[in-house]
Amino acid sequence: MFGKTIKRVVQVGVALSFSVSAYAQQEVKIGVIYPLTGAAASSGAEMKNALELAADIINNGAKGIPDLPFSAGGGLPNLKGAKIKLIFADHQGNPQVGATEAERLITQEKVIALVGAYQSNVTATASQVAERNKVPFLNPESSSATLTQRNFKWFFRTTAHDDLFVQNFFDFFKDMEAKKGIQVKQLGAFNENTLWGNETTKLETKLAQEKGYNLVKTITYPAKSTQLTSEVQALKAGGPQVVMQSSYLGDAILAMKTYKELGFSPDMILANNAGFTDTEFIRTLGKDADYVITREVWSLDLAKKNPLIKQVNDLFNSRYKANFTGNSSRTFTGLMTLADAINRAGSTDTEAVRKALTETNIPGSKLIMPWKGIKFDATGQNVYGSGILVQIIDGKYNTVWPFDLATRDVTWPMPKWDQRK
Amino acid sequence: MSLEIFLQTLASGVLIGLIYALVAIGLTMIFGVMDIINFSHGEFLMFGMYSSFWLYALYALDPIFTLPLTTLFLFGFGVMVYKLVISKIVTAPMVSQLFTTFGLMLLFRGIAQFFWKPDFRTVDQSIVSGSVQIAGFQIGLPQVTAGVGAILITAGVYLFLTKTKAGAALEATAADKDAARLMGIDSQKMFALAWGIGAACAGIAGALLSTFFPIFPEVGANFILIAFVVVNLGGFGSIVGALIAGVLVGVIEVVGGFLLGPQYKLAIVLVLFLAVLMFRPQGLMGKA
Repeated sequence: MFGKTIKRVVQVGVALSFSVSAYAQQEVKIGVIYPLTGAAASSGAEMKNALELAADIINNGAKGIPDLPFSAGGGLPNLKGAKIKLIFADHQGNPQVGATEAERLITQEKVIALVGAYQSNVTATASQVAERNKVPFLNPESSSATLTQRNFKWFFRTTAHDDLFVQNFFDFFKDMEAKKGIQVKQLGAFNENTLWGNETTKLETKLAQEKGYNLVKTITYPAKSTQLTSEVQALKAGGPQVVMQSSYLGDAILAMKTYKELGFSPDMILANNAGFTDTEFIRTLGKDADYVITREVWSLDLAKKNPLIKQVNDLFNSRYKANFTGNSSRTFTGLMTLADAINRAGSTDTEAVRKALTETNIPGSKLIMPWKGIKFDATGQNVYGSGILVQIIDGKYNTVWPFDLATRDVTWPMPKWDQRK
Repeated sequence: MSLEIFLQTLASGVLIGLIYALVAIGLTMIFGVMDIINFSHGEFLMFGMYSSFWLYALYALDPIFTLPLTTLFLFGFGVMVYKLVISKIVTAPMVSQLFTTFGLMLLFRGIAQFFWKPDFRTVDQSIVSGSVQIAGFQIGLPQVTAGVGAILITAGVYLFLTKTKAGAALEATAADKDAARLMGIDSQKMFALAWGIGAACAGIAGALLSTFFPIFPEVGANFILIAFVVVNLGGFGSIVGALIAGVLVGVIEVVGGFLLGPQYKLAIVLVLFLAVLMFRPQGLMGKA
């Protein structure tokens, strides 16, 4: 008798709460956590622009781009046209701030999902808060492989991670041998010594061994060095054909200058993104940046194969007077993926959104990324996330690998320093 | 290691070491005269770099030619920082002084980020660019210029201290504030002078660096740790000590890095530093 009453009360309560949330769906609040101040503020600003563009397309439409999801505008159709509202938080590149901001967004702003946070170490702490609070966390651009090895239920990553990117280097060598007859045997690993560089070094060593390459020199240098003379001298003495390098911007610039100064000319410098794809890299080094190949996740010249890329980039460019970058295009894609899931869930209930995320299946033709699509595995990793390789020629990035996406033939080897014009 | 590589690394080490010395001289001077550790010293260097950069970017003036201007800017800036902030805490406890200069460091970085954003900039065209080939090894011209500049400035500061009346007054203040005051030396003026010269030294180092090192708001952090090591190793307050220690640290960093592996280069420097502190706590040239 008593049990029946309680059951009734609960039923009514649940029904009420559902109808309340159904009527309150004017806005879907999404928390976005990015470095808006601090050392990474310029990247943060780019990504903020990408997020605002994505939200604007969902809410107000994008004329003339019918292939892009939500380009009709008018909010999320399955939620009676509810609009996306982004709540911005600034983590300043600081993991602790990232965690407290995530907490604030969830408990005070009542966001139903989080997107962020660019730097892997901040993503790690912020997503932990989301996991504890059972709120979906969509990570568009952090590449530390460990993020999806934590058995989290609420964490989803659209981009490929570092392990896959390094794997791509070796795929590239194999392709070079098979399709161009260029043999790469002697490798050098030149990485900075924080978590990222060390993980990369480990993986490069392992893969080189497995695949029968000769790693003649392995150097991990202290990040933010005042000089890299001994490093480059040691590399030169090892005589690698190809140098695989992971450096942030300041070190990348310093390394290139030291290569030139000491006349170190390997066949190729195969860079692991980061400093080498920063807009300042080419601007600072000018012609000396030419011929470097770096892995990327996105490049404007891919538009030749996928018209969506140019159309959306034009929108971005007309608003912010800048093109997409690997970061901003991924952040854009991340928010669009989350919106797709919320729409399919047809609800702002976090469990429903999580479930919809696990069922995500977006084909590559609906994306501005060079991926086959978006589909998450049990760990929350997008199984289709992959990288490309671009080569700098005349101060521009040109896609050179995978060969079927290439817009330009790879120039190999790089000319020696004293033979350049 | 072949002779050629040895000479090359040695030269690189000496050249960067001279820059370390120049940064450290400003730091050791401020400490020597008034016993204040200036955490914002790296930011003086950063402002020196930006001063060179903006004169270059806006008026196409070469950092080498604008060196006197940068020196003046930074001298004035150092004096101003002293008058507005440091003069209020001269007699405050050590901890307050540390926090004050630490706060200044954060403030200056913040100001630089606010005005110039965290972007990396470089001076890409300078009369000193390219490299020279000497006896089979190469060294960059900007580095050579910076090294020579550092020697000249160090010598200048040394001569100023030992040969001029103002320099003698500064030394007297450093030796004993109260006695110097009784002799009619205005210690406030001397402190301001020390800050001016200290900031100017860091600024000159920044200007010389700007021809080959990227410029960004946090660039001071790259040099300040090493500058502290150099000051300590050379002996607090000793100009000659800073010069010797700076070159020593540069050479050990580069040569040691090459021989034992670059990942250990800072560790080697710090081990040597600890060894010196154990056996000679006052530093190489410091007074016991």
